[in-house]
Amino acid sequence: MKKIYSSKWKIALFMAPALILFVGILVAPIFMSAYYSFFNFKGFGAKTFVGLDNYKELFTSERLRFWKALGNCCLLAVLSVFIQLPISLFFALVLGKGRKGERGFLSIFFMPVLISTIVIGQLWLKIYNPEYGILNTALRALGLESWTRIWLGDPKTALIAAFIPTVWQFVGYHMLLLYAGVKSVPTEYREAAMIDGASEAKVNRYIVLPYIKPILRISTIFAVTGSFKSFDLIYVLMGGEPGNNPAVVPTILLINQGFDGGRYGMGSAIALLLIILCFAAAILINAIFRDRETVSKKRKRG
Amino acid sequence: MAKKEVSISSLKARKTVKETILYVILGIWALVNLFPIYWMFTFSLKSNAEIYGGNVAGLPNEWLWSNYAKALKTGNVFLYYFNSTLVAVATIVIVMLAALMATFALTRFIWKGRKTMNSFLMLGLTIPIHASIVPVFIIISKLHLVDTYIALIVPYAAFSLAMAVLICTGFMEGIPIELDEAACIDGCGTFRIFFQIIVPLMKPAVATVSIYTLLQCWNELMFATIFVNGGSHKTLPVGIKDLTGQHLTNWGPVGAALVMATFPLLIFYIFFSKKIQDSFIAGAIKG
Repeated sequence: MKKIYSSKWKIALFMAPALILFVGILVAPIFMSAYYSFFNFKGFGAKTFVGLDNYKELFTSERLRFWKALGNCCLLAVLSVFIQLPISLFFALVLGKGRKGERGFLSIFFMPVLISTIVIGQLWLKIYNPEYGILNTALRALGLESWTRIWLGDPKTALIAAFIPTVWQFVGYHMLLLYAGVKSVPTEYREAAMIDGASEAKVNRYIVLPYIKPILRISTIFAVTGSFKSFDLIYVLMGGEPGNNPAVVPTILLINQGFDGGRYGMGSAIALLLIILCFAAAILINAIFRDRETVSKKRKRG
Repeated sequence: MAKKEVSISSLKARKTVKETILYVILGIWALVNLFPIYWMFTFSLKSNAEIYGGNVAGLPNEWLWSNYAKALKTGNVFLYYFNSTLVAVATIVIVMLAALMATFALTRFIWKGRKTMNSFLMLGLTIPIHASIVPVFIIISKLHLVDTYIALIVPYAAFSLAMAVLICTGFMEGIPIELDEAACIDGCGTFRIFFQIIVPLMKPAVATVSIYTLLQCWNELMFATIFVNGGSHKTLPVGIKDLTGQHLTNWGPVGAALVMATFPLLIFYIFFSKKIQDSFIAGAIKG
């Protein structure tokens, strides 16, 4: 038995397809991205080494709007963590307790995750449309003519109007993850607390929340890194031109510079910064959650 | 005594009020989430005149089923469908094969680096798909593979791989090693154990991974926009996006295309909602 499961060439053979895919499409390209980011490179012909010029330009050029894009995706991350996640958590707790119609509600709430972003985007374009859109039509019907506006064109509202659909679409996703966590809380814990006279709110606060902390951590990581990478909806709602797009995000810049503009070096630099940002966020969130865990353990001991 | 009864009944009343409020909230949120489906369906049956006339969200005055015929005929929806399906199926086959083999090596074989290898593969869970888009595009264009199915299949497979291995590991560790031992004593080699014992027992994992991968690539937009922008290899999201970008868009058929792209998935979801939800949970909870 041991013999057949220690043959070196068989290990290599079984690992080969996965490794080739993984290294070829994911790992090697990241290093290539890092390399390209130091060059002025149009994808064909000669590469000119420019050192850190791409990064310098990115950080200083007004025209590129990198800081604006970065600020926007950070705002989206904040909205995700402080609006999207609490809504998801609320529904996860309400449904996870075991109520009539629980499965039905759960399945409906998850639906937007499955619907193509193109569809969601088209829907919101029709909601926001200044002439015949649902929002302005409703405002006019209520006699609030002065409130109507070009939601996605007005710099005052465009950013928030573009982010609302993004935040809404993935409420169901986080709810599902947290719901699975709530469901995994052993019923004895819940019952014991109820017998001791704890209210539903108290059970949630002192039993369920500490129990699902690891899932909260993962949800937070997904929400933040997802915000940094968000592309689809913004692209559908606002187009791929970063110029006067109030809701510009780094991925839009990446596509615009790297592909529409043919500046592969610059595109690579943006891609690399995005990866670093995602990893940094993941590490930071892990640290925050771990910190709290050790603090509460210490308190218990003390 | 009487006083106590009153307080209990008022407590009960308060509880029913609270429950009612909760159900009202649940109901409203359900409507908010069902609205896109209602909107899409009614939208697909309207004419431009009706949409511009202010009836964006109501029921159509005239039910234009012909929009569907138009979408199929002039919108190439059928072709996009075929493309999306082909890309998804090929991606699933590649991911499945690579993930099952790798998981077999990682959970059954005894070797030094296997823990490290596993963590290495799990890095793929956090690497964003955009990270490699520039170099992958350059490689693909150097190989003259832009506007081909392969340009999408291979990257999609690579990006679903980590999750697939994660899900498969959970399932494969649950298969008792005694089965392998028995087979070994009966004279099976590694390959027969893998193909005839392990793989058939991995059916639930195969279903979970397939669903997960399908949903990942069915709706993917960024790679699809850049790698197959021209040509006849467009997937549904790109095809439909281009339909909406045309001047003088005829919205009814676009709506019909949206419905045709989305409803099969939703119908599938209605029947397998538990399984589909599990496939999303499986990865995240273990990760």
